[in-house]
Amino acid sequence: MTGPLLSVRDLRVEFATRKGPLVALDGVSFDIAPGEVLGVVGESGAGKSLTGLAIIGLLDPPGRIAGGEISLAGKRIDSLPPAQMRDIRGRRIGIIFQDPMTSLNPLLRIGDQLTETILAHKSVGRREARERAIAWLGEVGIPSPEKRIDGYPHEFSGGMRQRVVIALALCAEPALVIADEPTTALDVSVQAQIISVLKNLTRRHGAAVMLITHDMGVIAETADRVAVMYAGRIAEVGEVHEVVRDPLHPYTQGLMAAIPTLEVSARRLAQIPGAMPRLSAIPPGCAFAPRCPRVFARCAERPPLMAIGDRGAACWLYDRAAVAADVRT
Amino acid sequence: MNAADPIVEVHGLRRVFDVSAPFLSRLIAREPRRTLTAVDGADFTILRGETFGLVGESGSGKSTLARMVVGLLEASQGRVLIEGVDLAGTGDKAARRAIRRRIQMIFQDPYASLNPRWRVGDIIAEPIRAFGAGGAGAGPGKRATVARVGELLELVGLHPADGRKFPHEFSGGQRQRIAIARAIAAQPDFIVCDEPTSALDVSIQAQILNLMRDLQDRLGLTYLLITHNLAVVRFMASRVGVMYLGRLVEIGETEALFARPRHPYTRMLLDAVPDLMMSGRPRTPIGGEPPNPIDPPPGCPFHPRCPQAIAICRTERPAFIDNVACHLAHDERQN
Repeated sequence: MTGPLLSVRDLRVEFATRKGPLVALDGVSFDIAPGEVLGVVGESGAGKSLTGLAIIGLLDPPGRIAGGEISLAGKRIDSLPPAQMRDIRGRRIGIIFQDPMTSLNPLLRIGDQLTETILAHKSVGRREARERAIAWLGEVGIPSPEKRIDGYPHEFSGGMRQRVVIALALCAEPALVIADEPTTALDVSVQAQIISVLKNLTRRHGAAVMLITHDMGVIAETADRVAVMYAGRIAEVGEVHEVVRDPLHPYTQGLMAAIPTLEVSARRLAQIPGAMPRLSAIPPGCAFAPRCPRVFARCAERPPLMAIGDRGAACWLYDRAAVAADVRT
Repeated sequence: MNAADPIVEVHGLRRVFDVSAPFLSRLIAREPRRTLTAVDGADFTILRGETFGLVGESGSGKSTLARMVVGLLEASQGRVLIEGVDLAGTGDKAARRAIRRRIQMIFQDPYASLNPRWRVGDIIAEPIRAFGAGGAGAGPGKRATVARVGELLELVGLHPADGRKFPHEFSGGQRQRIAIARAIAAQPDFIVCDEPTSALDVSIQAQILNLMRDLQDRLGLTYLLITHNLAVVRFMASRVGVMYLGRLVEIGETEALFARPRHPYTRMLLDAVPDLMMSGRPRTPIGGEPPNPIDPPPGCPFHPRCPQAIAICRTERPAFIDNVACHLAHDERQN
């Protein structure tokens, strides 16, 4: 491996408001290796979708990148002119959104949407592009693709539409796919199908995935590593099995315990008191401190993402000096 | 009244919607009327003090069923008895009014179910004024109402002073608490909860589910819980009904149903839940999507997706016998 495919360093996103800038992402850093699936999990408002939008250059004003660097295969992409960024979207970064109808044009046959995308990004002729489009529809599991290719989006069910969107995101063979809540709008039984299509296809074509979701179960099924976000910051990052089985950050610990599961029948669910702070009222120091059961003096200062083996947690509990100082006082 | 007496009895409940095009378009296109059977013959009882969970995918008819149980929607056929009283019946009017007070509902979207122009205190006070705080008859005095609203807000984990605020000043989880306070203001026995936590984040979901359980213990409530989330049902319900395409396909005690599902659809639903703890439980992938309820398949509605379907499943609709509607499960029991 030669360095990360995507590298995000100290990303800061602000929204200009009348009362001054609102910091929506603050010091977000992570890497995605080629072919790796990174899950990004968090509650609504944690900044996970915003991170995805910042990477693909689709932040809506008044939101803007106010600091940090985003590099794709070693080249910075956060300051590219719009025309170049447009070329990167699609060709190098494929995108899958929650609602398939936002990605599909209802007035065009799905075959035309696919062939247009292939023609725009690959140097092939029209006939070849159509053949590839049929092959992609087959790959995402659409039955009799040579007939369905001339259908319109409304003629497909929700799950089938999301399969078409996956084909659309992958057909230019991008190195990275950003999937923002790709299964949230679907029924449970269809959800499992879409996850397995996404997982198998990206693996077969060697594409890395940034999988954004609020569903820890989906992450556990799909991702290699996971980044847990809280109040616009990364609270914890690590290999997915380790984070699920043995979370380090008190927020992740609370989150995991709050999820009801099929395996365990409990009388009560563990609960984290309170709610995530609004962007306008993020406390100084650790953003989780007011809800944290293990808060101590050091938490008045903002913890950096500390390396613990090959994992990371933004929590003073993992700073030996801080804990020792707390014991002494 | 003992613990095991039924509070709600549902008999042969059925709801058909007319989904035809307007009369003239139908005449021009020479189309017949088209109907959609959203709920097709549901039979079950809910016992006092229990939580009955109703699970199914979208379009399975679970919300339609819930709305018929509370009387928000008229049934096309069948009856709902609450403590033996038929709400849609023509019997004793006073008895029906008394029963209606004791049924409340909590909706999925806490942003849509609270009037944004009312103060929270007024929202919670409305059922008190309408039904009276204690029994039937005129509402209590103003001061008593304010005190009661404060009590209710505290009961759901908010501050009595929050009654002066408007719904937009609260987060989703807090709004759901307000909706719960409104529901228990009328001192109900039975609350229908339609996806009460589906719009909430997991950490907030845990708070609301715990609150619902605490209130159940303190106030002796009975819940009908509608959800698509099997883990939530597993946590909350004592018994579960599984719906598919308008039909109840299986009913059972929660523990037993999750440990030994009898209907292939129930098994499939359980298999589809992501394995969070990575326990490596064996799973079979599922094919297909729920069919269009306007044009349901003949025979067993599940047969096109069922891995075990046999000839009879394609032609004959399985009856709901011994808590399951499946030819194979019936055969197994006979042998």
